Amino acid sequence: MKKNHYSRRSILRGGAAAVAASAFPAPMIWAQDIKDVTLRQAGTGVSAYNEVAAQVKKDLGFTLEMTALDSDAVTQKVATQPDSYDIADIEYWICKKVWPTGNLQAMDVSKIANYSKIAGTFIDGKLTPDSVIAQGTAPHTVGFVDSVDGKTFAKAPTGWMTLIPTIYNADTLGIRPDLIGRPIDSWAELLNPEFKGKASILDISSIGIMDAAMVCEAMGKIKYGDKGNMTKDEIDQTMAIFTEAKKAGQFRAFWKSFDESVNLMASGEVVIQSMWSPAIAAVRSKGIACTYQPLKEGYRSWGGGLGLSSKLSGVALDAAYEYINWYLSGWVGGFLMRQGYYSAVPETSKLFMTDDEWGFWYEGKPAQGDIMSPQGQIMEKAGAVRDGGSFQERMGHVACWNSVMDENQYMVRKWNEFIAA
Amino acid sequence: MDRILKSNNLTGWLLAAPLVLVLVVFLVIPVIVIVIVSFWQTTEFSIVPAFDLGNYEFLFGSAVTYDVFLNTFKYAFLTWAFTLGIGFTVAYFLAFHIRSQTTQIALALICTVPFWTSNIIRMISWVPFLGRNGLANSALLSMGVVDHPLDWLLFSDFAVILAFVHINTIFMVIPILNTMMRIDKSLIEAARDAGASGAQILWNVIIPLTKPGIMIGTIFVLTLVMGDFITVRFMSGSQSANVGRLISNDIGLLQYPSASATSVVLLLTVLVVVGGLMRVVDIRKEL
Repeated sequence: MKKNHYSRRSILRGGAAAVAASAFPAPMIWAQDIKDVTLRQAGTGVSAYNEVAAQVKKDLGFTLEMTALDSDAVTQKVATQPDSYDIADIEYWICKKVWPTGNLQAMDVSKIANYSKIAGTFIDGKLTPDSVIAQGTAPHTVGFVDSVDGKTFAKAPTGWMTLIPTIYNADTLGIRPDLIGRPIDSWAELLNPEFKGKASILDISSIGIMDAAMVCEAMGKIKYGDKGNMTKDEIDQTMAIFTEAKKAGQFRAFWKSFDESVNLMASGEVVIQSMWSPAIAAVRSKGIACTYQPLKEGYRSWGGGLGLSSKLSGVALDAAYEYINWYLSGWVGGFLMRQGYYSAVPETSKLFMTDDEWGFWYEGKPAQGDIMSPQGQIMEKAGAVRDGGSFQERMGHVACWNSVMDENQYMVRKWNEFIAA
Repeated sequence: MDRILKSNNLTGWLLAAPLVLVLVVFLVIPVIVIVIVSFWQTTEFSIVPAFDLGNYEFLFGSAVTYDVFLNTFKYAFLTWAFTLGIGFTVAYFLAFHIRSQTTQIALALICTVPFWTSNIIRMISWVPFLGRNGLANSALLSMGVVDHPLDWLLFSDFAVILAFVHINTIFMVIPILNTMMRIDKSLIEAARDAGASGAQILWNVIIPLTKPGIMIGTIFVLTLVMGDFITVRFMSGSQSANVGRLISNDIGLLQYPSASATSVVLLLTVLVVVGGLMRVVDIRKEL
């Protein structure tokens, strides 16, 4: 089996050699095996689409089963039940939490065809050679380990990646411009008493704490040494400000899953809240005005990738590599960029988008024609410009990454108290 | 040998064995495990066996814990009061005002119809109804009862209690109806002949005889409400908490030992409450 695997693998990489090699019977047997494989992918709902599974069946021949859960539930599943999934579609901060459990295996970058085309953010942390790395759990800091079973993260790129990066984005506050009726330009507005009973924040501690920190800093109430790695004192102060706001009735609700945030915004229960890009898209495709408001303090960013369960081996492992290579080859990237994410391998995704789509989503240019959602509904009319502008403008203004801090344990307990207060 | 086999003792034990086995495996052992884990320590990604009182210290040392327990009792008490009022009235109507048994059975079945769907669906269906721009608010606005939408209808304690009452009333109706059906009608006739008024009959005859049903319903409702977390999460928009949510948040954040400690305290609390109820009415004697 091993031998076939290598012959097949080199064919894939060889490209031209494939034609010649397909005369040999070995890859045929392999190709039939792989059709019986079912890969179970567990992840957050943001990239679990039936269209992706259907395309996998079409392009690769095997079955991909997807389970969409909220971030905490995925973390729990990856950390405690390595038998229940083959591929973990998670964020980098989740990786930092679960990697030490040993339930994921590192991936050999020499088997990743498009490794060299992966965006610099995921390799050395630099968007451009002179960019400053933002605070928090930046993807490259937890992106590499020393060996296939390495337990500690490597400081510099090695041949072993923890997650293969797929998508990332810069998050900010979502607002209902029609119900607010004035410009919003600061994170501090989330706690503005003007929006009493009409604000919301997400109840996922590692992300929520960063939004909270952005708000407290913007209000000028707290000066953080490092938002991505707060001291106990900074955590206490942050939670005190938010608990006070909660008791004063600032928040309408907290949300945990993406669709809850869509409902809160679309129904007008909430006019300003933490939000994710596809949620904005979902609200807009209902014909309701919703802006992903760029704010002067910058964005809170996140990155996602695919990890392999430590239990994967043999033909299923081959299929998983096959799947990951396919994932980076452009179709999924193009699909997910249409809901406002950035592909970790932009070059290949561009091939699967029209020039107009690429111009709108990536370059921040006005749309020439109607811009469609991944499912083909009209999202934007001609002339529209993406909130926040181009990739450089958005990703260039990242203030922090979603984080897991040294004091995470303490933060989690304080967060839990804030939710219960 | 023969004597041993025929002894009541052994037969009794053998008859009880399957149930005992099931309870030991699925109830006693898990509870013991929870108690043990509650003393363990936890790190970010693993739990470490230990004997550490830290989880309990944190639990009892936090003012939030007391608020949350108080909140749990508040929900339990209010839900109990409303379900009892509604449940008793419905059961009374079915038992004493409906003459034909067929109609009685049919109406009792109709009471259960909403329970054919999942209780989460029944609960969530309140959300669009009670929202700021929901049906209830639009109706009130168009009737001119209020001049701006009522915010407290949704994501509030009101919404939580409403959903609890909606979901749990059936657990009051059925046991109360069951005991009421078994009240000897001649007792009521005798009371009437002796000159008792309707209210007196209700208070001195029917309620005392319905006590076991009320008590069973009470135990159902109290334990269901005190152990719930999903209703509180959805109907309060994650803004309020009861003990169940505290536990579910801990589990979500991989804090199993802390969740276990909270569970142990909740379990003891519920046992004390149920134990207290059992002292008030001896269900076994009255059944």
